[in-house]
Amino acid sequence: MHRSIKEVKNMSLKSLPTQEYFTQGHRLCSGCGAAVTLRQIFAALDKPPIIVNATSCVEVSTTPYPYTAWTVPWIHPAFECTAATASGIEAGLKALQRKGRSPKTDNPIIAIAGDGGTYDIGLQALSGALERGHNFTYICYNNSAYMNTGIQRSGATPKFGWTTTSAVGKKIPGKVEFPKDIMKIVVAHEIPYAATASPAYPMDLIRKVRKAITVEGPSFIVVLAPCPRGWRTESSLTIEIARLSVLTRYWPLYEVENGRYKITKKVVKKRPVEEYLEHQGRFRHLFRPERRNDLIQEIQDYVDRKWHELLVLEEATSKL
Amino acid sequence: MSEPKNKLSAWNEVPFGGYILTPGNAREYRTGDWREGKKPVLRKDKCNNCLLCWIFCPEGAIEREENSVKINYYYCKGCGICSVECPVKAIEMEEE
Amino acid sequence: MGKIVALTGNEAVAHAVKQCRPDVIAMYPITPQTQIVEELSQFHANGEIDAELIPAESEHSAMSACIGASLTGARVFTASASQGIALMYEMLFVASSFRLPIVMAVSNRALNSPLNIWNDMSDTMGVRDCGWIQIYNQNVQESYHTIIQAFKIAEDKEVQLPVMSCHDGFVISHATEGLQLLEQKEIDGFLPPREAIHPIDVKNPITVGCVGIPEYYPEIKVQQEVATQNSLKIIKKVFQDFNSRFGTNYSVLSPHEMDDAEVALLAIGSLAGTAKEAVDKMRKEGKKVGIVALRVFRPFPHKELCDSLKNVKAVGVIDRNISFGSMGGALSMEVRAALYELKNRPHVMSFPTGLGGRDTRPEHFEKVTEILLEVAQKDSIEENYKVVGCRGPGCIEV
Repeated sequence: MHRSIKEVKNMSLKSLPTQEYFTQGHRLCSGCGAAVTLRQIFAALDKPPIIVNATSCVEVSTTPYPYTAWTVPWIHPAFECTAATASGIEAGLKALQRKGRSPKTDNPIIAIAGDGGTYDIGLQALSGALERGHNFTYICYNNSAYMNTGIQRSGATPKFGWTTTSAVGKKIPGKVEFPKDIMKIVVAHEIPYAATASPAYPMDLIRKVRKAITVEGPSFIVVLAPCPRGWRTESSLTIEIARLSVLTRYWPLYEVENGRYKITKKVVKKRPVEEYLEHQGRFRHLFRPERRNDLIQEIQDYVDRKWHELLVLEEATSKL
Repeated sequence: MSEPKNKLSAWNEVPFGGYILTPGNAREYRTGDWREGKKPVLRKDKCNNCLLCWIFCPEGAIEREENSVKINYYYCKGCGICSVECPVKAIEMEEE
Repeated sequence: MGKIVALTGNEAVAHAVKQCRPDVIAMYPITPQTQIVEELSQFHANGEIDAELIPAESEHSAMSACIGASLTGARVFTASASQGIALMYEMLFVASSFRLPIVMAVSNRALNSPLNIWNDMSDTMGVRDCGWIQIYNQNVQESYHTIIQAFKIAEDKEVQLPVMSCHDGFVISHATEGLQLLEQKEIDGFLPPREAIHPIDVKNPITVGCVGIPEYYPEIKVQQEVATQNSLKIIKKVFQDFNSRFGTNYSVLSPHEMDDAEVALLAIGSLAGTAKEAVDKMRKEGKKVGIVALRVFRPFPHKELCDSLKNVKAVGVIDRNISFGSMGGALSMEVRAALYELKNRPHVMSFPTGLGGRDTRPEHFEKVTEILLEVAQKDSIEENYKVVGCRGPGCIEV
């Protein structure tokens, strides 16, 4: 599918800088959704960030000693403590700058983690950092499984999605739980700004990143980043699949600013969710050898329910 | 391209703390070797400089020029996203 | 010199931390160190400490926050014990391999299970391989002094390693003893502000915590190990400097009544004081027993230890943990290893003592010495270890 030229002319890609914080030469897979996401995140910044990165695809693929794809301060502590380490950096810089031992700067502190390091093992540290109100931005690139270690299920893996630890077999059709709603968990911490984003909608993502780093206090963005290896998709279709996740309302694009919900991409004429599922090998068992209408319908009902819930929340919180 | 100074160094030569002190030296690594037979080719006459290929490239292998873009084959892994996303079909995947 | 006060070990630690002008303090409570972070919180609320306090939501996050803060170049402190030390296990290794001069006070407490809040050293002995410098205190005065020394050691340009200052839970942490404080200007003269080697700086960006494939990992770790070994000479220098400024007598270990000793006890922490009392009593009775009190456990001062123990016929190591499935406690293994190459090495028996805070009195050490004298006389040992302070066959209780 190709965009209309008119749609493209309304975007302001030309105004974006060619960022140099995250360089070429990284070892992420060909067609990696996280790589596109990163390049867009950094195109949103006008000053170098300080990055804390969880153990993840991004971490191992960008820093194989002695090479590094980063031209900004970058720290990888461990898997579950990204938000805690970012808290420490924020506090350290605050103290040193207040005491005059460091020049006053306002380089954004950005914590980057996958869904594993956010929804699962990293959830406690994230919760603590959000509750303490540190001034930093947490960006989760959600490829919906522990991809770095070879596609194991996470709390973000979709229902009926195949992974190596939510295998598809004669008795069980993949993961049997719906994914965690991380936005609900984060919004419950009552932070100033939280949003979902997609690399298929770069200006929306970039606007949200800019908002997140400007906000005083913690901010959170979760990006659905397709993974050709783990989702069993063509590497050339990464952006198309990301687009379909939005247009089928599977991955709604919205933001929550001080408790007020706002859908940023109103999908008026929704497409059936199977248009998103059918390109992905991890959902192959829903279509072959026989079509599982019951399972596809379950997913459709889930998507419809979540979208409806969002509309209600948007309406209800508009009064805040 | 020069090899990084700390390649295969002795324990008393590697930088303090296992830190990497040469920012962005990943640029020395030719990820273009990853391509498997097909590479994207740009038809400049068709290009409308919308920059979608630039923003969607996972590698940063598409460089912005005055009125168009240029594909840097040193880094291009041949994923084909640019070809699929180009709204005017100015990029086609061709045999190397 | 400052005034003489009566404080508990935890309060003394908090006072020392305050006077060392910390920049960031990560806090998480756990018995028996909780009062350290409580005192620091009160000082902070009164404006007596100019620092950022991070009330972390777990010890793992507390140590992770310390790592982040230390990377900015800040002077960082935290405190923990027992389960907290166990929980932050992986981050302890990260802190030392990142070469960060974090200081942590530990009020030594036994590990679960069963849950036990009282004193033994299974927590810090259990992490002896993590690359931290470990210093053990015998009393409240030492708890106070060691914090100040710890920052100096950790931040030394040739060290750049984190330091644990350990004192026994309840026995020192909660016991009120008299100590002399140092004046702020004395401490400022001894401990200047931290000068970080590679602080986070967007003008000088560095990548910390990369992937170290087998082609590079050993070199990076050996560099760390060499620095850890070399830190011993800096530790001695710092002790000497402290001693000359403040009239103290710190060293990596302290022998007592060792000149003509036939057998010796090797002790660590507060039990060194109890054992010393027993040794003095036994000397009056004519028994030729001495004691070596170990202060620095990591890096392990094997040369100094060898020198102090080489002339006795039997050594009883007063262990403070059991290394399950081996030959006693962790400390005794180090002692055996240090003494092994001696031509006429003494017999070494491990005596894991006071596990889970079991009350230990001089009489226990008299029993231990009886056994050692028998070993010396027979020139052989029957068992590798005997647990002291336990009812039942093969154990010692008084």
